[in-house]
Amino acid sequence: MSAPTAGGRGTTVAREALPRVAAPVLLAGGLLVVWEVAVVTAQIPPFLLPSPRAIAGEVQAMWPTLSGAIVVTGTNALVGLVIGALVGVGAAILAGMARSVDRVLAPMVAGLAVVPIVALAPVLYTMFGAAAETARWVVAAVAAFVPVFVTTLRGLRQTRPVHRDLLRVYAATRRQVTRTLTIPTALPFVFTGLRLASSLAVISAIVAEYFGGPRTGIGSFITTAAAGSNYARAWAFVVGGVVVGLVFYGVTLALEHLVRRRTAPVVSR
Amino acid sequence: MTTPGEPPTDQRAAAVEVRSVSRVFGSGRQAGPVVALDEVDLTVAAGEFVSLIGPSGCGKSTLLRLVADLDTPTAGSITVFGRSPEQARLAHDYGIAFQQAGLLPWRTVRANVELPLGLHGTGRAERRARAEHLLELVGLADFADHFPDQLSGGMQQRVAIARAFAEEPSLLLMDEPFGALDEMTRERLQVELTRICAQTRAAVVFVTHSIPEAVFLSDRVVVMSARPGRIQQVVDVRLGAGAAREDTLRQDGAYFDAVTEVRAALHGGEPARVVGVENR
Amino acid sequence: MTATMIRWSRALRLPDAALGLLGLLGLALLWELYKALGPADGWSIGGTRVLPRTTDLAMPHTWDVLIRLGEPLTAAPGAPPLWVAVAQASLFSLGIALAGWAIGVVVGFALAVLMARVRVAENAVLPLVVLSQTVPLIALAPVVRSWGSRIQVAGVTWEAWMSVAVIASYLAFFPVAVGALRGLQSPETLHTELMRAYGTGWWTTLVRLRLPASVPYVLPALRLAAANAVVGTVVAEVSTGLPGGVGRMILEFANFASSDPARPWAPLMGAVALGLLVAGLVGALGLPLARYRRTEVPA
Repeated sequence: MSAPTAGGRGTTVAREALPRVAAPVLLAGGLLVVWEVAVVTAQIPPFLLPSPRAIAGEVQAMWPTLSGAIVVTGTNALVGLVIGALVGVGAAILAGMARSVDRVLAPMVAGLAVVPIVALAPVLYTMFGAAAETARWVVAAVAAFVPVFVTTLRGLRQTRPVHRDLLRVYAATRRQVTRTLTIPTALPFVFTGLRLASSLAVISAIVAEYFGGPRTGIGSFITTAAAGSNYARAWAFVVGGVVVGLVFYGVTLALEHLVRRRTAPVVSR
Repeated sequence: MTTPGEPPTDQRAAAVEVRSVSRVFGSGRQAGPVVALDEVDLTVAAGEFVSLIGPSGCGKSTLLRLVADLDTPTAGSITVFGRSPEQARLAHDYGIAFQQAGLLPWRTVRANVELPLGLHGTGRAERRARAEHLLELVGLADFADHFPDQLSGGMQQRVAIARAFAEEPSLLLMDEPFGALDEMTRERLQVELTRICAQTRAAVVFVTHSIPEAVFLSDRVVVMSARPGRIQQVVDVRLGAGAAREDTLRQDGAYFDAVTEVRAALHGGEPARVVGVENR
Repeated sequence: MTATMIRWSRALRLPDAALGLLGLLGLALLWELYKALGPADGWSIGGTRVLPRTTDLAMPHTWDVLIRLGEPLTAAPGAPPLWVAVAQASLFSLGIALAGWAIGVVVGFALAVLMARVRVAENAVLPLVVLSQTVPLIALAPVVRSWGSRIQVAGVTWEAWMSVAVIASYLAFFPVAVGALRGLQSPETLHTELMRAYGTGWWTTLVRLRLPASVPYVLPALRLAAANAVVGTVVAEVSTGLPGGVGRMILEFANFASSDPARPWAPLMGAVALGLLVAGLVGALGLPLARYRRTEVPA
């Protein structure tokens, strides 16, 4: 999926941007209103669905705890994302250079992509100690590694024959080919992978907390609140998770657009 | 331009010398080998404009790629200014343009023209001056800071031509550079190309599908036939003296005569069956 | 020629699988190497352990993990071997994952058709669908847990496993919605104009043109949805505390880390096998659709 923002130039942007932004905002706002009205009028029990206002109240009341949890989970996701991205890009470069590395890595990554990586969390807590956040970094890193590796490797293979011919005609060295052609071609793909990985890193960091470890992050507080039948509070922490997810998505999306501005529009998902 | 240790460019040598060159592709089990070129001989003198024309699959692009050292012949020998295609490539003896402009989309027009100069270590100031001059030559000086996606197909191709001339090559290899353009743009760029060639005195090997294009541009038109790829006939055109190619030439009687002669040569290629011959 | 070669290499998956095993062996070797050479208490920077402990409790030998699979689950007489228990739990989860996947596919496809039909719907819904994935709504799982047995829908008591399936379907619908929408919109203008010239209606165009054209996009989306459904099932089992599945088993067996260190690894392998199995099953769906897949795109 490419971003739901407008393409094109000039006045078309202005004319098309308004409904493009307004429609989802209106829909989201409408859903919130329907939710509030439904919960109040139909007297839906809070365990099923607390009202948006009750959740907002809890967000306000719990803010000191909530903001701390956001920082902890956000940091875990960030550390995991950075490690996973570095390893993913590095492994993709190796696989791009050596066919044998690719042949060994490809089935393993294909396997990793369909396997619930968070299930690693309990054994990781044992290995690194249940008081450390390290296990969560590892889970987030492994989850982030997969899309970054896949998209980077794809990007490294996107150079067009005409460009390769051209650089051969210029008798460019390997280094020059890498610098002037391979890296600029692959870069937008890397950032697309990074955007996909950012969501996975956040989700993995939160979910890893369900499996144990120190009770510091959003996931831990959600389980605690839900176990104590404090549903509005649990939802408040979910809102915290939403905030972390949106921040990661927004930043990586902005990075992707920055990098993609002047390159051929090839990647999409 | 000559690096020590390599045979120097021989100015008296022909720009391109092709001696009984064959190129056979693959021997896939079902298809059998495809003979793209069979015992081809061709000499292009310094400063001469030679077009290769023929039906699809006659090996004209293959021949160009062999000269450019983008491919190696199965048999025979090729020299470019008296040295091997590889030496010529490493010495940056020739410029090249393809059917696709092949501009790097993340570089500005100027940076695209500067690309070969940058790769070969030309200084910043000189690069800039050279690019400026070339862009003026192709009439795109005002677009130096645009990106390729902001240009029309014809403008992109002009940038590619400017890039091909960046290192003042004495040989230019062009593989259907105007093939994807509309007729009007095409004719304008043809005039532009003959003008630039006259100024730089470069020899040109030009692959095309179009008879009028080949005749308008060339000193000689090499007509090729397919399966196997061979040279059918070489038509001497030599309209006007060097620089005098303007649009008025397209109404000239000699021009029409040459067109007719090339067309006849193309048809003559397969007297028994005209099937598969493509010409306009 | 190339196409034939690709088909051949697809049919002969063996070398690929063998190379994958080689990679696994390499990992196991690394594991044992680090276990033998690494410091017993791991390695810490500023109080945070960044390299794991290498004791037998923290990192059991790879062969111990494999041997443990064949031994009985508990010391109690008549206890099944560990691998049987894990397999049973994985099959239980398989059922839920497939149910979640099916719901997700139906919802996702319906959304895609709606978005393809009504421009406004695409404008309004698609951004929210995209956002829904950036937002860890799976965090809701512990909340959904409270639904179990406490509500009734049309006379049927809401079972705990249904909550798990719903969460799994939530993760599964997204790739289907996006992939199917892209697929339904993939026919070229040329083709849609051809159908227009024939005077066919929107629904006929959908069946004759858009659906077949969407296959190359939908199949990878279905595979992705399957992987997501497995993740959703495992996580939801953990957070809703649903017993019987492999997710819950992972959590339960984690408690034996100090007394029976090889045991927590068994359900982990079950989860891996579950993921591979579901991916394989869904992958097999594409086999009869080969003629629609000549231009498949990676998901």
